[in-house]
Amino acid sequence: MKVILSGNEAIARGAYEAGVKVISSYPGTPSSEITDVAKGYKEIYCEWASNEKVALEVIIGASQSGVRGMTCMKHVGLNVAADPLMTLSYTGVNGGVVILVADDPNMFSSQNEQDSRHFARFAKVPMLEPSNSQEAKEFVGRAMEISEKFCTPVLLRSCTRLSHGAGVVSIADRVEVESKGLETNIPKWVMVPANARERHKIVEKRLIELGIFSDESDINRIEKGSDKVGVICSGVVYNYVKEALPEASILKLGMVWPLPLNLIKKFSKMVKKLYVVEELDNIIETELRSRGIKLGKLDRSFLGELSTDEVRKLFNKKLPKVSTVENLPGRPPSMCAGCSHRGIFYALNKLKLYVSGDIGCYTLGLLPPLSAIHSTVCMGASVSMAHGIDKGSNGEYAKKSVAVIGDSTFLHTGINGLLNSFYNRGQSTVIILDNTITGMTGHQPNPATGISIIGEPAPKVDILELCKGIGIKRVQRIDPFDVDQCLKVIKEEVDSEELSVIITNRPCIFADRTVIASPFYIDKDKCTGCRACTKIGCPAISWLKNEKRAYIDESICTGCGLCIKVCRFGAINQRGK
Amino acid sequence: MKSYNILVIGVGGQGSVLASDIICETALLENTDVKKSEVHGMAQRGGSVVSHVRIGEKVYSPTISLGDADYVVSLERMEFLRYMEFVSKKTILISNAQKIIPSSIINDAELYPDKDINLYKKNFKKSYEFDAFEVAKNLGNPRGVGVVMLGFLSVFLPFSKENWEKAISFKVPKKTIETNILVFRKGLEIGQNRLK
Ligand SMILES: Cc1ncc(C[n+]2csc(CCOP(=O)(O)OP(=O)(O)O)c2C)c(N)n1
Repeated sequence: MKVILSGNEAIARGAYEAGVKVISSYPGTPSSEITDVAKGYKEIYCEWASNEKVALEVIIGASQSGVRGMTCMKHVGLNVAADPLMTLSYTGVNGGVVILVADDPNMFSSQNEQDSRHFARFAKVPMLEPSNSQEAKEFVGRAMEISEKFCTPVLLRSCTRLSHGAGVVSIADRVEVESKGLETNIPKWVMVPANARERHKIVEKRLIELGIFSDESDINRIEKGSDKVGVICSGVVYNYVKEALPEASILKLGMVWPLPLNLIKKFSKMVKKLYVVEELDNIIETELRSRGIKLGKLDRSFLGELSTDEVRKLFNKKLPKVSTVENLPGRPPSMCAGCSHRGIFYALNKLKLYVSGDIGCYTLGLLPPLSAIHSTVCMGASVSMAHGIDKGSNGEYAKKSVAVIGDSTFLHTGINGLLNSFYNRGQSTVIILDNTITGMTGHQPNPATGISIIGEPAPKVDILELCKGIGIKRVQRIDPFDVDQCLKVIKEEVDSEELSVIITNRPCIFADRTVIASPFYIDKDKCTGCRACTKIGCPAISWLKNEKRAYIDESICTGCGLCIKVCRFGAINQRGK
Repeated sequence: MKSYNILVIGVGGQGSVLASDIICETALLENTDVKKSEVHGMAQRGGSVVSHVRIGEKVYSPTISLGDADYVVSLERMEFLRYMEFVSKKTILISNAQKIIPSSIINDAELYPDKDINLYKKNFKKSYEFDAFEVAKNLGNPRGVGVVMLGFLSVFLPFSKENWEKAISFKVPKKTIETNILVFRKGLEIGQNRLK
């Protein structure tokens, strides 16, 4: 049967058809929908793990137990999971292991655009790269076969264009794979130096065998065209090359590591001029040059995405002249109306504090008029960076700064930083923006939500008790919509010479729709036009220039009431009250 | 079969992603190849959303090349201006007259680019504008703007009305199938009248 599937849906379908039994993932754009879709297949146990390292380790365990497992993450997630990956390469697997990693060239929603193909080379494990939804589905099964045949974890690389694109896919039934049972094999699984030295030999041998497989497998294929130009490409880039250079001969790589060197040599003899076209880093090109393969030079940038037009440009083809319109009023993302983060950022802005930020919806606190985020590096970093600022200034800057971090991010890696700050007698102030959900990536539940991946009641981590349990004395919950309380408590905690934690207590407006109350409106007669309410950056509030007063769009307002706390003239009222 | 490149443009929350999904589903029912690409993530937060839909015998790239759009379906009056690089003298514009004031000028709505809209419409082979929100609202389905626009678009594509409606029933929430078919038919009727 043929259906339309996004790349992510196709990968989930592929896991289903390939008999995968366990999926453990941490959300991250553009990979999140894979696990969100897979949870609908009752044959697969799916879970949201607390971070990517945990997720991969769960899959290592699932493999040891004898079944096929998959973990899905965004590119930076693999940095977090790199530690288990590097040694899993040595141990190998029992049940098949596939690690789906989704890159984000052009950084549509990421903090960097690292090229995860480096990890295949680094960890000495194979990597497959599908070009469309159909392949995305098939390659999960092929990756599982390779994993079990060569006793290795396999990386499956997607990217935003594939994950969030869609195409026609032929679907099939699930093929159950019998569990191999728990594997007890100490030399294989216990990576003490003596065993690891032996396993490293196996890794090197495996890489050679995988190279031969890569040469012989139909996962890499030559599409014969003219003998003038030959192009080596893979993944979504293959599509662009097909359209930009319809006449060229193409070597399409489905397996991008290890490279099929003999096949490439054969292909190079078939064409007069050979090129590699790849997105982001020049990994294939560098490898082939180092192997003495002659390649044509392309003036390609390492930045951003390719496209059919970009490939045309590389080969000096003419592009049509088109116009673009400059200086259009933008539609920058903003915190939603009713977002529980807004009050804290309003207070932080008022207090003029330096804010070590983290990653989540609250990173939008950087935008005016709130303008209260001063750094964002990676998940969990806010807590440890604030500690470094404290130590770097002998405590002085601890009185002028805070860290802000979401609940999911805190439980991901923020907690490690907090343990460190406590142990090392830090004085920083950490604000945990607990909206009970992983908002940014599409509202996935996390250990502090109280709801399981399939929406059933689940055990709930109490973040307040967790922080107290560490031994931190100054821990309290505050209401982010109570501006006066926010200002007072944050001031007190920043001034204190101890580590303190402030936790907010309002859910994401999408996590709990029952908190939506009747909307507010502006009393025309009382509004003095002071504009205080426009400084909270709420998308429901706008300024009527001609009437010189504020206006609330009642179709957007969720009745959170933050605006009435900043209006000194009692000009904002709630409907029906 | 002829190939069709369609750009569906909207503002987060308007249903442009659903509209492009329905086009893909219809293409599948018509047994042709189809690919789609969009970048979401910020969609929920009122950002600009664009979907590329490509239909043909065999489609490789999921994205449309410069100047290569056959149809631009803009669910908001100004949004198409952001994607003029896909427009050439073969492109037909179908746009919703409804304005959604961008958050960046919410405090000065006079900066809405009406001038540019009129100016750049001349770059198209032909442009059609009508208030799809009004149509949807009057038929009791204010969230059906995207489907109204599809009704208008359907006049240009060689797909059967049955398949369009089948695709709609398949893609929209069960409770809203009827009202969505209703607004689709209205959009189609408006399109047919305009093209007469
Ligand atoms: C290592 C890593 N994994 C995943 C992501 C993707 N990601 C961005 S923000 C975020 C979590 C946001 O949740 P939370 O901290 O609860 O804040 P909220 O968005 O709800 O405000 C995730 C998972 C990432 N940037 N880095």
